Amino acid sequence: MFPLRLCDIRFQPNGRPVLDGIDLELGGEGITLVLGPNGAGKSVLLRTICGLLEPTGGKIDWGGGKRPELGVMMVFQHPMMLRTSVLENVAVALKPHGVPRVERRRRAERVLDRVGLLARASDSARLLSGGEQQRLALARAWVTAPRLLLLDEPTASLDPSATAEVERIVREIRTDGTRILMTTHNLGQATRLGDDVVFMSAGRVREHAPVQRFFARPASDEARLFIQGELPWRLNF
Amino acid sequence: MYGLAATFADAFALLATFDHRAVEIVSLSLRVSGSAVILGTLIGLPLGACLAVGRFPGRSAALVTINGLMGAPSVVVGVVVYLILSRSGPLGELGLLYTPAAMVAAQTLLVVPLMAAIARQIIEDAWQRYAEEFRAMRFSWSQSVTTLLYDCRHSLVVAVLAGLGRAMSEVGAVMIVGGNIDHATRVMTTAIALETSKGDLPLAIALGVVLVVVILILNAFAFAMRAWAMRRYG
Repeated sequence: MFPLRLCDIRFQPNGRPVLDGIDLELGGEGITLVLGPNGAGKSVLLRTICGLLEPTGGKIDWGGGKRPELGVMMVFQHPMMLRTSVLENVAVALKPHGVPRVERRRRAERVLDRVGLLARASDSARLLSGGEQQRLALARAWVTAPRLLLLDEPTASLDPSATAEVERIVREIRTDGTRILMTTHNLGQATRLGDDVVFMSAGRVREHAPVQRFFARPASDEARLFIQGELPWRLNF
Repeated sequence: MYGLAATFADAFALLATFDHRAVEIVSLSLRVSGSAVILGTLIGLPLGACLAVGRFPGRSAALVTINGLMGAPSVVVGVVVYLILSRSGPLGELGLLYTPAAMVAAQTLLVVPLMAAIARQIIEDAWQRYAEEFRAMRFSWSQSVTTLLYDCRHSLVVAVLAGLGRAMSEVGAVMIVGGNIDHATRVMTTAIALETSKGDLPLAIALGVVLVVVILILNAFAFAMRAWAMRRYG
């Protein structure tokens, strides 16, 4: 599956360039944060990699092989919560993997324990708080042991403690060997979690650099302005 | 005025004494309509889910057809089933005409489009919310359909109730394919029509009361179940 190479990926619904020639290479380890202003194409990029959107041009090379049928998972900003228990909401992700029902539940329990929701396994998923629902969504992805996990602003609208908990889980998933590509608007989170940063603007990758270098010496003016726009927020803390 | 009061008094006396004619008719009605609704549920809900999730050539035509058949006159459905089951029809050899089985078939044909159309709308709303995640998880088409049916189970009670209401209240189709034969195919609606035309109003009213009460109880049950589900599952 890796290195994952995106070559001149374009997505232009009705002729409007949302992704305008994306070139990107991802190795098999680490957490890559995708930063950029609203409308930069971050979420569309993740959906394209996930296979939810068909690019209108370009090619995705999955380590020289075909796109894997399983092994890529995505967690959304507002994850779905089925009208059933927390446990079943996690176990359901293993259906496409052909895992027997008993084994699905056993694996789901194990992952729920790791995200701190085992005590709520029999509760209704829809009655969880926003932070707990996001942890459930991460558990649902994690239970399938994906090679690549795509996270679309998983901590947007979460309070600081819920955000910290989600970040802890993301680190654990990475430690388990999953490659993570995550969008965020939170620059503090980027410095805490990321190994490298992809900076996007107007449907293009403007910069791809290690986290420290990106924040210390952004290569593009747009990246510098983007970071400066966030700096007062960070200095307050 | 006295006559009307006496008629109602006689009707409630029939109910209070569990009049064997009334009991027999109510029992057959419940069995026929219940069977039709069970069959309608097994066919209509998956059909509605398939129409909600599936994208195939002719889907729009299928939706228009299903929606149109929701309002199909029951006598027309009765005639169609009659033609199929009559001696010269394709299934005439089965000898089902003027039996409860024929009535079940006619009522099933009546309720399937209604239940499928309601189910399609409910499930399509859920599908619009879940489609991306299902596709991200690589759900197959059948896994999507079964998961959606389970997820919408409490809302789908509405479709089942609508089917039951239509099955229990229709008279044209069961009259044509059942024949309203005493002790064989007489159900509440056909009996009410017959007894009213004969002037035997107490039995007609008694059966009418049972019909309304059954439908009210089922609706109350569905309302309570939905309220419980909202509290339990959000």
